Amino acid sequence: MKSLQARQAPLADTAYQLTVLTQAEAVGAQLPAFAHRLRESGLLPLQPTKLGVMQINVGKMCNQVCKHCHVDAGPDRTEIMTRETMQLCLQALAQTDIPVVDLTGGAPEMNPDFRWLVEQISALGRQTIVRCNLTIIVANPKYHDLPEFFARHQVRVVSSLPHFSAGRTDAQRGDGVFGRSIRALQLLNAAGYGVEGSGLTLDLVYNPAGAFMPGSQVGLEREFKQRLGREHGIVFNNLLTITNLPVSRFLEYLLESGNYESYMQKLVAAYNPVAAANVMCRSTLSIGWDGQLYDCDFNQMLELPVASSVRHIRDFHEATLAGRAIVVNQHCYGCTAGAGSSCGGATT
Amino acid sequence: MSTYYNPADLAKFGNITEWQSEMGNKFFAYYAEVFKEGALTEREKALIALAVAHAVQCPYCIDAYTTDSLQKGADEAQMMEAVHVAAAIKGGAALVHGVQMMNKAKELSM
Repeated sequence: MKSLQARQAPLADTAYQLTVLTQAEAVGAQLPAFAHRLRESGLLPLQPTKLGVMQINVGKMCNQVCKHCHVDAGPDRTEIMTRETMQLCLQALAQTDIPVVDLTGGAPEMNPDFRWLVEQISALGRQTIVRCNLTIIVANPKYHDLPEFFARHQVRVVSSLPHFSAGRTDAQRGDGVFGRSIRALQLLNAAGYGVEGSGLTLDLVYNPAGAFMPGSQVGLEREFKQRLGREHGIVFNNLLTITNLPVSRFLEYLLESGNYESYMQKLVAAYNPVAAANVMCRSTLSIGWDGQLYDCDFNQMLELPVASSVRHIRDFHEATLAGRAIVVNQHCYGCTAGAGSSCGGATT
Repeated sequence: MSTYYNPADLAKFGNITEWQSEMGNKFFAYYAEVFKEGALTEREKALIALAVAHAVQCPYCIDAYTTDSLQKGADEAQMMEAVHVAAAIKGGAALVHGVQMMNKAKELSM
């Protein structure tokens, strides 16, 4: 499988994605505008709260090509953040008391300046989260020491594992991914990650492998712990359930499988005003590989920049950004359905 | 082509309260209580429901509890095993009546 961009697929064009999302009649669906639902909930315009997380997408390069990837990441993507842009991020970070920096990609570890960036964040006394796809650890000898590197800098590791069975994991992430992920989890455990009393946090992320919403985070966590522990001797801290948003390759899957309309209807029917009030974009600033600013990683992939006079990290000004209204569109139903969804899992 | 079963009718299940709200509401309150986590997990209950859906051959229920089982983290192997449990009980239920048949045949035979 290749990225949408490499295949020159129509959905590689974000304007076309937005057309699909906003012109519901194009697929026969009658879906209310998300902004209308927010207004009914008394949340429009959606405003930021105190900034708690700086999320930096350090590039679209990845060793995997997952069917649901909203980044359209893959080995054929070459966009990565330069050290100069990272320095701008660090300068902005130093001006604030934002406690957490969330590094994502692609596979963030494939950026040649990844380790340098983690060291600098650590030197500023902030916590680093790395969105590790697991298989990168065993992909190449130069990555084998990542668990020790993470441990040295007290990095919180958040790793995707769609299911505790090989079949459902490989269906979403590619053949053989489950086996390599298990090996990587065992290496992380050996470095102390997920082990009680170590202080090293290993969280797993559950994305449904298909056109359905995640079930109870508590129930799934118990099941994952039981099965991964019993069958592979793996321990971890928390399972974070994330709803797949109709963006990029997951949108392609929905359209091609004929599930788009029913999936959107499910999200709309499950709209939860409490989840809407707790969406992660209110306390997160998302930075693209080129330094552009977004309200979240999904808006970033749809090329919907922040509605502010400050649009690049070089111009970062916390107070100005705090006055913006968050940009919303139909994909936002994904974060507000059911128990809510965020990079930190369920929100209610 | 018209059919007795329309998948879109599944979403209208709640409408049965329109013609008998008291009984309908009591049924749905009971239904919600049954599927809450208790001595059994929600996933185990979804798999039981999936198996029963096959035993009673309810296409709406199969649709609903296939989705629900997936949402609750069940995988294909677990779901198919649940269907085999239903099949074993249905098959066994037919077969165990063979004892009655044998009894009757023996009673009537020389």
